[in-house]
Amino acid sequence: MRKSGDFEYDDLQGLVRFAYGKLPETCFMLLNIADASAAKQWLSNAPISNAVSTDPLPKTALHIAFTVAGLRQLGLTDAVIESFPDEFIVGMSGDESRSRRLGDVDENAPTRWQWGGDSDNLPHVLLLLYAEKNAINNWRKTVEDSFFSTAFTLLKELPTTDFRNAEPFGFADGISQPLIDWARQQSTDAHDRDSYSNLLAIGEIVLGYPNEYSQYNPRPLFNPKTEPAAMVLPNAEDQPALKDFGRNGCYLVLRQLDQDVPGFWQFADQASDHDSDKRQQLAEVMVGRHLDGSPLVAKSKIDIPGIDSNDANNLFTYNDDPQGLKCPISAHVRRANPRTGEMTPGHSNWLTRFLKILGFCNKRPDDDLVASSRFHRLLRRGRSYGPVLSPDAALKPDAPVAERGLQFICLVANISRQFEFVQNAWVMNSKFGGIQLERDPLLGHRRQLYDGDSTNHFNRSDPTGLTQKICALPQFITVRGGGYFFMPGLRAIKYLAALPNHGSDKVS
Amino acid sequence: MKPQSTFMICAAVREGQLESLRDLLRSMNISHKKNGLVNPDNSLIPFSRFPNLHMARLVIIEATTADDIKAFGLEPKPWSPTLAFLGDIDGDRNDFFDQLVELAEQGLTQIFSFCIGFPDANSNTLKHWLQTHDVVPDANYINWLGRTVKQVHEEAALHQCLAEYLPQAVDDVRHNTTSPLSLQQQLRQSLLSYVEMQKQTGRLILTAPECTPCRWQLRNLLHKIGIPLVLLLLLPLFLLIAPIFLLRIRMLEQSDPELFIRPTREHIKQLSAQEDWYVTNQFNVFGYVKPGLVRLLTFKFILLLTNYIARHIYNHGFLTRIKTIHFARWVFLDDNQRVYFASNYDGSHESYMDDFINKVGWGLNLAFGNGIGYPRTRWLIKEGAAREHQFKYSQRRHQFPSEVWYKAYPDLTATDLARNHRIRLGLEVRQASDADISEWLSLI
Ligand code: HEM
Repeated sequence: MRKSGDFEYDDLQGLVRFAYGKLPETCFMLLNIADASAAKQWLSNAPISNAVSTDPLPKTALHIAFTVAGLRQLGLTDAVIESFPDEFIVGMSGDESRSRRLGDVDENAPTRWQWGGDSDNLPHVLLLLYAEKNAINNWRKTVEDSFFSTAFTLLKELPTTDFRNAEPFGFADGISQPLIDWARQQSTDAHDRDSYSNLLAIGEIVLGYPNEYSQYNPRPLFNPKTEPAAMVLPNAEDQPALKDFGRNGCYLVLRQLDQDVPGFWQFADQASDHDSDKRQQLAEVMVGRHLDGSPLVAKSKIDIPGIDSNDANNLFTYNDDPQGLKCPISAHVRRANPRTGEMTPGHSNWLTRFLKILGFCNKRPDDDLVASSRFHRLLRRGRSYGPVLSPDAALKPDAPVAERGLQFICLVANISRQFEFVQNAWVMNSKFGGIQLERDPLLGHRRQLYDGDSTNHFNRSDPTGLTQKICALPQFITVRGGGYFFMPGLRAIKYLAALPNHGSDKVS
Repeated sequence: MKPQSTFMICAAVREGQLESLRDLLRSMNISHKKNGLVNPDNSLIPFSRFPNLHMARLVIIEATTADDIKAFGLEPKPWSPTLAFLGDIDGDRNDFFDQLVELAEQGLTQIFSFCIGFPDANSNTLKHWLQTHDVVPDANYINWLGRTVKQVHEEAALHQCLAEYLPQAVDDVRHNTTSPLSLQQQLRQSLLSYVEMQKQTGRLILTAPECTPCRWQLRNLLHKIGIPLVLLLLLPLFLLIAPIFLLRIRMLEQSDPELFIRPTREHIKQLSAQEDWYVTNQFNVFGYVKPGLVRLLTFKFILLLTNYIARHIYNHGFLTRIKTIHFARWVFLDDNQRVYFASNYDGSHESYMDDFINKVGWGLNLAFGNGIGYPRTRWLIKEGAAREHQFKYSQRRHQFPSEVWYKAYPDLTATDLARNHRIRLGLEVRQASDADISEWLSLI
């Protein structure tokens, strides 16, 4: 087995390995490429951060990702583009059916987005700058050298604010993340994965490595004989004669999500008869964690691979709470990661396992309705934006209205099986896990079903069987923009920077 | 119990008529769209007027992937695009055909006039023509044997009625502190008497199940015993040939050409335009059986078993680990050279694929591993679907849209139907303990 020290961290963009908690200031820029050759010149010298860990920690970081339009603009040919998956090529907003699937309808519809919703405002490049306190402006000046201003036009600067490890509703965020199995020590065979593990195959986040199916995702590969420029690229692990453009790259999903903080807390207040304890409880069961981030369910009795046994905030599954008495099935974090293994909990031998495969031996009628988590994990890297508003201030009738929310970012190796699945089958699905007519209480739109059944409910199970039904939930979160990006490995960036200029861009 | 039956009327489309037929079929849809959602009150086949019809669809089966057989060194045989009208109904098929003729003779005549052999000299009535063009599936799956459309609607109404009344019942019970009964028991009583009242005023109907037809019972019993009996008799023979057979299969698995062809974006777009409107989606795939007797026999045998277990074991809410399929069928066409699979499943396509790969990959491998284009399997059950991208490409490539699709209860999933039924059972059967009553109340 390889050691983690063997991993090519120097070819990986650091954002995959680090969340930069110590670099609170950020500047997220959506750029269009105005001059491809200047862009490539800038790219060839850009101080893009790799994933090698340093001591002391870095004081700044820079990351870059491209939409399909951006890659085209740099001169990647159609033939190469075609070896990316459809969802990346078509884009987040490029197909009505995808929008329906993601819940980007009504208020969330791409036609209403501030960016990324139609062809006029599609970015080419996403640039992410991170710096220590009060240092972002200087870092920005360094990055924006003379090539930069010729190369790019600024489509939009995405606002961000340092919320100190919380999100605008006031909940602690950034607590649960999959732990990437850099050393490839965990078996991906289904027989070894009956129960939940937080350790995740590299290929679930980074291209060019085996994923949880022990397979390599499709990505552009080059034959160095016909494409000598590809010599700078790493070899494809599964096809060593070919060069791998995807290796150490991943997809970056960005969604600008507006949060109605006064709306959220005022609704919680009104639904709990203005009782402050009940209000907080209600908000907490909608999220699925306490305000301080601690879990709603009891600590797991067994170890969970990939979670430190002292990490009280993460050492849990929902195995002992099948009805959602402690944490409602519909709660945001329970939907976003149901912490399920390959099999439902509780079998002792091969015979019961076999019977379960045949569909028998389940304890409850609603058992086994939710897919196994490991194929649907997201590595989250979002940052909040807008003026901070505490829950108490949000309750005041004159609470200041402002644009605030989350620049939601997640990194994945398969957009449709990971981000889109979570968003569609888990978050927006009104029948998730056998529940009745509820979408994610935080994230969901509230559009009714085809025949008119309303979905604006949130149900809290109770041991007496008397479910507490909270009705007429408003929509708290509205999509303001979004896009699918590819965040290449550093050698792939070198390859891009060396691409020949085509046609009109040619410097004469 | 009134068992369901199924129908699938197939006829080849006349040359040059395909597009006009498509136009006609699409005119049945809401705003003539390609999303396939039928207007249930359309004038050609007014589906809403068939009280026994669960789901139905009209599809045009085309051999879009026929050239794949060239990889095996064979030339594709001609296949004329075929119109199929299929669905799942309560009760006897012939009664349904009578209804079809009564309510949609004109529309069906108009539709089938695009087909070769319609009208045909030997069938003097439409009903007879339908009967002679009906194709029986090789395997058929019904989520819940004997659950009628009527029952689905009645039980959904019951659930809704109880859900609306429950808060008031809780209020009443909490105010009545004198009762010696527990909260749960009082609530149950209160709900029971409310339901009685609603029934008496006619606002709620809960029809008792019909008796199961004797002929059906007899035939079902014969099937239930007969198949294992025949298999038992053939067992020595099976054991004898099994080693050679397995070896041969294993060789084929290694030598069969693998196809890794990506579906076009246009095709995916066409398919997804029909998805995620209801909580349920429809699904059609069509392709070639791999050449050779070994493959065909394996496929046939697996479908025979599938049909058997679906009919006698998996007939109450789940098909192995999958609880999201309402109806499904596997049909050999064109002299057993090609196979068609159709289903109605809850949730998105991506989650259906997740179920396929992670929950029943082995079952899919057993059957579709014998189809051209399916990713390579090992010992019939291993790998196959777990070659994720090959599987997904191949699945999408062989999938095709429905022209017209009808579902009698668009907002209800199979899980909903099972829950509503449990709510009803809870009314009829007394629970043993307060905890059981709580469990029942939590369903409401
Ligand atoms: C403004 C919108 C959102 C808010 C306010 C929000 C809030 C939260 C909070 C408070 C947590 C708990 C902290 C933690 O476990 O790290 C969390 C976890 C999580 N959220 Fe969100 N979230 C939002 C959007 C999304 C979106 C769009 C997705 C994906 C489609 C998502 C996926 C997740 C996941 C996967 C987790 C971790 C769950 C776990 O592993 O237990 N979130 N979110």
